Amino acid sequence: MIMHLHKYEKIWLIFGIGSLIVFLVVLGYGAFWQGTHPQSHGVTIDPNNIESNEAFKPENLGLTKVSDDKYIVNIAASAFFYDFGKDEEGKTVNHIRIPKGSTVLFQVATKDVVHGFHVAGTNVNMMVEPGYVSSLETVMDKPGTYTVVCNEYCGLGHHLMYATVEVYE
Amino acid sequence: MQNLQKNNASEKEKPDLKGTFVSVMILGILIVVSWIGAFALFLSR
Amino acid sequence: MALAKKLDPTKVTQSLPISKPESRLYMSFISVAFISLLIGGLMGLLQTLVRSGKFTLPFGIDYYQVLTVHGVILGLVLTTFFIVGFHLAAMGKTVGISEQQLRVAWIGFWMMFFGTAMAATTILLGEASVLYTFYAPLRAHPVFYIGLALVIVGSWIVGFVNWHQLAVWKKAHPGKKSPLLAFMVTINTLMWFIASLGVAVAVLVQFIPWSLGYAETINVLLSRTLFWYFGHPLVYFWLLPAYMAWYVMIPKIIGGKIFSDSLARMSFVLFLFFSIPVGFHHQLTEPGIDPTWKFIQVTLTMMVVIPSLMTAFSLFATFEITGRRKGAKGLFGWFKKLPWKDVRFLAPFIGMLAFIPGGIGGIINASHQMNSLIHNTIWVTGHFHLTVATTVMLTFFGISYWLIPHLRGRKLTPQINRLGIIQAIIWTVGMTIMSGAMHIAGLLGAPRRSSYSEYAGGDQVTEWIGYQMAQAIGGTILFIGIILMVYIFIKLTFFAPKGEEEFPIAEEEEDAEPTPAWFENWKMWIGITIVLILAAYTIPVIDIIQHSPLGSKPFDFPIGR
Repeated sequence: MIMHLHKYEKIWLIFGIGSLIVFLVVLGYGAFWQGTHPQSHGVTIDPNNIESNEAFKPENLGLTKVSDDKYIVNIAASAFFYDFGKDEEGKTVNHIRIPKGSTVLFQVATKDVVHGFHVAGTNVNMMVEPGYVSSLETVMDKPGTYTVVCNEYCGLGHHLMYATVEVYE
Repeated sequence: MQNLQKNNASEKEKPDLKGTFVSVMILGILIVVSWIGAFALFLSR
Repeated sequence: MALAKKLDPTKVTQSLPISKPESRLYMSFISVAFISLLIGGLMGLLQTLVRSGKFTLPFGIDYYQVLTVHGVILGLVLTTFFIVGFHLAAMGKTVGISEQQLRVAWIGFWMMFFGTAMAATTILLGEASVLYTFYAPLRAHPVFYIGLALVIVGSWIVGFVNWHQLAVWKKAHPGKKSPLLAFMVTINTLMWFIASLGVAVAVLVQFIPWSLGYAETINVLLSRTLFWYFGHPLVYFWLLPAYMAWYVMIPKIIGGKIFSDSLARMSFVLFLFFSIPVGFHHQLTEPGIDPTWKFIQVTLTMMVVIPSLMTAFSLFATFEITGRRKGAKGLFGWFKKLPWKDVRFLAPFIGMLAFIPGGIGGIINASHQMNSLIHNTIWVTGHFHLTVATTVMLTFFGISYWLIPHLRGRKLTPQINRLGIIQAIIWTVGMTIMSGAMHIAGLLGAPRRSSYSEYAGGDQVTEWIGYQMAQAIGGTILFIGIILMVYIFIKLTFFAPKGEEEFPIAEEEEDAEPTPAWFENWKMWIGITIVLILAAYTIPVIDIIQHSPLGSKPFDFPIGR
């Protein structure tokens, strides 16, 4: 460096840049070695026919128990509605219950425009874009009722797009 | 402009920047503490 | 000043008179900015009131229409008009402008003006409730996209004028370093041009043909990627004029000197390098982008923090050196020597303070997987109301207190100064409440860009609504601040007493080290910038295109068209 830096400025920049490097190392370790990348699977789907994907056939929507403490939740998003499938009585589901400590895989695809999918209060926070499957696996270990909100603008009824996830003991 | 009567004798020397140093280090600690706080919240969720 | 006057002639700060026709052009830009402030601010107030749950919009006006106006008019119109006007004034002051350059700049003004009018019309007719981030495959009226393209192209034209102004000056002053302010303006316009190429391509190649029906489908992820290639440097385009005021004007206002000309230039060069190849940090939770490339851009994002760390040091150092020269003792005695009763200092200073939590929030937002903590929650809204709506806006207000009277041949009176101080305090109180509530609610999961909703009810939602109430209170206080600011603007423009107000440009220390000549090597700066952009974007963009799903047809019904 041809430029002159004050001694204190050098210390400051070393401290500041050092902190940024530490942040990056911590994040990189989590992301690359522990697999906590933000969701990014690049799995594509036909945006005009999401049912062409097994997971988004009407009968496969909603909560499915895979094994004792493993669940899959498939959701079809459209303006302005999350489709969690239908219950035994044929009623639309917008509330699901999961036992505490379960590992849950959320898979979401959109039939129309861009949506968001946030299980508020958890790290399940994904963009849902036409042509892609958004998915994230998480362990739900805190009991309570979580609001699922569409947190990406999708049109005039955007704020009416929601559901709830209950984690019970 | 304000009047600057004081003519520091040590003009040619390096300026005294202790206050600056303490200020930026407080800022640095704020950055680190806030980031760790957010990261802890992220991990707890 | 009692210091020995041994000025090197190359360090004499240029300060040229500003002619009447010039002043008319600069004031036209600034006037549009203040009109936008009033309209956009009113929209912001309405939003916070709606979200409190105690108010519904009259005349069938939709929340998202109001939100679109707020975003477009404040994020794009106010900022761009003020900045372009400020750039022109700074160049006119330091390197001069010719009559022909002035004429071309007017073309830029009118393009921007008509572009704004076109976009505004479509929004008001409810044909473009797509917010200012476009949101394909929601389709707005083609005129909306064309209008926005005109705003950008108009700003380019003025940017080209700025480059030409510097080129003419350099020809007349061979071997001299360019004035610091002119150097900074050139960096900012360069960054703006390179960045807005992305959104221009998206608008011209993707959105306009698709909205007119010539193209059947649109590649949504590509359009978003092109938008955010522009969207992040956009925020630095807002910030850098504030940094110009901090580096060049504030030292003069507090009676000091520039701490280091070279470091100031260096931080601007770093902003040019690292503002652009970082757009993925706005797309961290999107499904179609390779996570490794997201992480690479996160790393580059952390690099853009460095010039701000440098700036923090420079500013404190300027304050301390100036204070000690005025006789300050002890570790923090210099703090008391700052001109707290001068609004030209106070407003930007509060802006600097706001950048501490603003910047920290930015680092948290860009932290890769940690982004899912706050992505699309109202925390983000709280974040940029600190950065752009406090740091940048209060600095722009601080500039206005001397720039407007300077251009209009008037004086900043003690009375207006006092009103300005009250304005800055109102802003601080309102923003602390509003932005603070947004940050907390965001951590609790409350979404941004959403009208009032009770969702399925429950504790979580009740908590959010409580904070939305606080946002409405903060928003109301802020709107009072806006009305006061518009009053001050009118007063300074038309009614302040005739006189002369200084255009403050600080000088370097007499014994400052000379600025290295390589700072004038524009080809090198542009070359490195392009290399960084290509390195950060080429592979992931090819990947996005090669692995893209079928394109999306336009959707009109969700936005009520």
